Amino acid sequence: MLSRTADHMYWMSRYIERAESVARLVDAHYRMSLLPHSGETLADSLGETMKALHMDEAYQQKHASIEPRAVFEFITVDRDFTGSIYSCLRCARENARAVRGSLTSELWETLNTTWLDARSQIVRRSSQIDIGQFVEWVKERSHLTRGVTIGTMMRDEAFHFTRIGTFLERADSTARILTAHQGDLVPGADAGVVPDPYQWSVLLRALSAFEVYRRVYRDVITPSRVAQLLILRDDMPRSLLRCCKEVYTNLKSVANEQSEETERRAGEMHAMLHFARMEELTAGGLPQFLEQFLAKLDDLGHRISTDFLVPPAEV
Amino acid sequence: MAKAPYDEMYLKGSAGRAHYLGYSRWLEGQPGDRLIQKRAEADALFHRVGITFAVYGQEEGAERLIPFDIVPRVLPHEEWTRLETGLKQRVRALNAFIHDIYHDQQILKAGVIPPEQVLCNSQYRPEMQGVDVPGGIYAHIAGIDIVRDDLGEFKVLEDNLRVPSGVSYMLENRKMMMRLFPELFSAHRVAPVDHYPDVLLDNLRSVAPIGVADPTVVLLTAGAHNSAYFEHAFLAQQMGIELVEGQDLFVRDEAVFMRTTQGPQRVDVMYRRIDDDFMDPLVFRPDSMLGVPGLMTAYRAGHITIANAIGTGVADDKSIYPYVPEMIRFYLGQAPIIGNVHTWVLRNPIDREYVLAHLPELVVKEVHGAGGYGMLIGPAATQDEIENFRRQIIATPERYIAQPTLALSTCPTFVEAGLAPRHIDLRPFVLSGREVTIVPGGLTRVALREGSLVVNSSQGGGTKDTWVLET
Repeated sequence: MLSRTADHMYWMSRYIERAESVARLVDAHYRMSLLPHSGETLADSLGETMKALHMDEAYQQKHASIEPRAVFEFITVDRDFTGSIYSCLRCARENARAVRGSLTSELWETLNTTWLDARSQIVRRSSQIDIGQFVEWVKERSHLTRGVTIGTMMRDEAFHFTRIGTFLERADSTARILTAHQGDLVPGADAGVVPDPYQWSVLLRALSAFEVYRRVYRDVITPSRVAQLLILRDDMPRSLLRCCKEVYTNLKSVANEQSEETERRAGEMHAMLHFARMEELTAGGLPQFLEQFLAKLDDLGHRISTDFLVPPAEV
Repeated sequence: MAKAPYDEMYLKGSAGRAHYLGYSRWLEGQPGDRLIQKRAEADALFHRVGITFAVYGQEEGAERLIPFDIVPRVLPHEEWTRLETGLKQRVRALNAFIHDIYHDQQILKAGVIPPEQVLCNSQYRPEMQGVDVPGGIYAHIAGIDIVRDDLGEFKVLEDNLRVPSGVSYMLENRKMMMRLFPELFSAHRVAPVDHYPDVLLDNLRSVAPIGVADPTVVLLTAGAHNSAYFEHAFLAQQMGIELVEGQDLFVRDEAVFMRTTQGPQRVDVMYRRIDDDFMDPLVFRPDSMLGVPGLMTAYRAGHITIANAIGTGVADDKSIYPYVPEMIRFYLGQAPIIGNVHTWVLRNPIDREYVLAHLPELVVKEVHGAGGYGMLIGPAATQDEIENFRRQIIATPERYIAQPTLALSTCPTFVEAGLAPRHIDLRPFVLSGREVTIVPGGLTRVALREGSLVVNSSQGGGTKDTWVLET
């Protein structure tokens, strides 16, 4: 397939996944904001989250202090902020439009309708937008998009590139959410310290892991189990291991003449998580591990770009 | 003393024409609000499917629909058969003409067309002299604009031989009509059109460079911001071929390749939807970012087929149009089946004198204008506009032609006030390759403003589904 087409497919699915990730974070924080006495914790958590997602600077240019309602609006519906859900949905649709001929008409219509509906909810709104309802809707649209992708697309290169985009983005998002909560995840914190229940619920809900945790451990929430679940569980759909596995297998299906090294690195990331024990990974501290992981992910993204999507010009 | 236009549906009085009887009876039985509801349904569907134009300078992300009218334009079988024969004849002659002017120029030597009219035309491409293209076909896809005059006669108003567009609306309009009013299609024998992409692909494959058994065909677009982008993406998808932009292609060893995820892949046939000027910055406009540097060397070497060929614009220029009936006689030795609209060529002193004396009744067109721009419609123009054109004609007469103001035929159309007659034209799409083929019908465009004769979508035109009835 055309490199440019693959590039648009890849970014289309990254942007949809990003919109969902941001919607999940907003959703979790929004629920927290409805609970009594959440004030300071909420502001702290929002601050850390924006920092981990590199949204803090853009926010500070518009707002002096962290005000939950302002943060919610900024990262969901702000039309100037390129990281907002609104912008992600627009970019997803623009990428889809550029290759609409290569998408199934069901997939194109899903993405197009998502964008048109988002636009009419946001641009033409007469009163304050209902944040809770909006992010709920974004999650549903993302689920629908993924379902339509899996249910209608041929299992060809185009499909594999959308999957690579989805899982690279998801791995990135999970790692950043973990970064925002690294203070709560220090393994030593298991003993004695009672973790803040608000913080836990945000972290777990944002990753659809709350119910999963209960099912898997049937026990109280402890930092080391949370880390185990979100980093090393193969059956946890948003864990780092699961995402790396999906990236690796999809990458193998599209391999070309120059992609050997990229494949090797993706395989290495997968193997590292697959065979690792938690203590080894975090020997140098969880923050350091996450930082390295994000750097490797970034490198992988660049390599995929040059190998497949935007090949260097012919000389 | 305007002539009464020909009404496609009704005879004088109010009796329906025979081929419209079934439809008009059905129409009269429809409650008014059902049609309003159906029209709203059509708009919503077109938006969802994204059959829209980007509109710049308006509300962020705003996109516009080309208005779709729910009343079809119906052509009886016998009328279509005659039109079809006439269109094939005309396009055969046009292709023969383009081949001739880039080779022996017999028609110029015979004095049928003044040589300077062709050779000094800005659309004439000297780069194409002596270049042989497969099958001698230049205009693989031709959109011929047909109007019906007050006597009910079909005339050719314009030939579009460069990158004619609109066929996607022909296909989508049919899909929409079948969805909105399935009952009509069980009551009428409407000739299908949805095989157009198959015919087009077969046509493109048939003109591949000699020796290429299984050609790779691509569609070249200017990109997602082009106003006809929907059509490009739609056709590429329907044909199952790659939709490429200039940046996806490169030329190596006089061959064209596209950049794919599996490395470079050879391209054999290019259905291009950008103008000559932008095709190769090394030969034409050097500032073009849309084309492919070196494309012309590969083309001249015969290693790629470009459809339509480079240099077809000279044959659809308004200054050449008056000679098309002569071309048909010259190349085919036949009498033209469909005539031209009478045209005064203002570089001829006799024609000029007549036109200058009758400006308020005539339509004056710039020879290189397109899309309804650069045009004077005498009866609708102010005194100032007329005088302005008079000065321009006197200064540069060779830039203009004039035609009588045609009473284009009308068809009932669903407008705000209900059903009312509006002027229409017809653009059938003629495909030339191994043979000449036409999918029955074409795109009917309708001028939605009352009394307007301008059907272009950029100036308030809409479209209708076009039915050719089978016997």
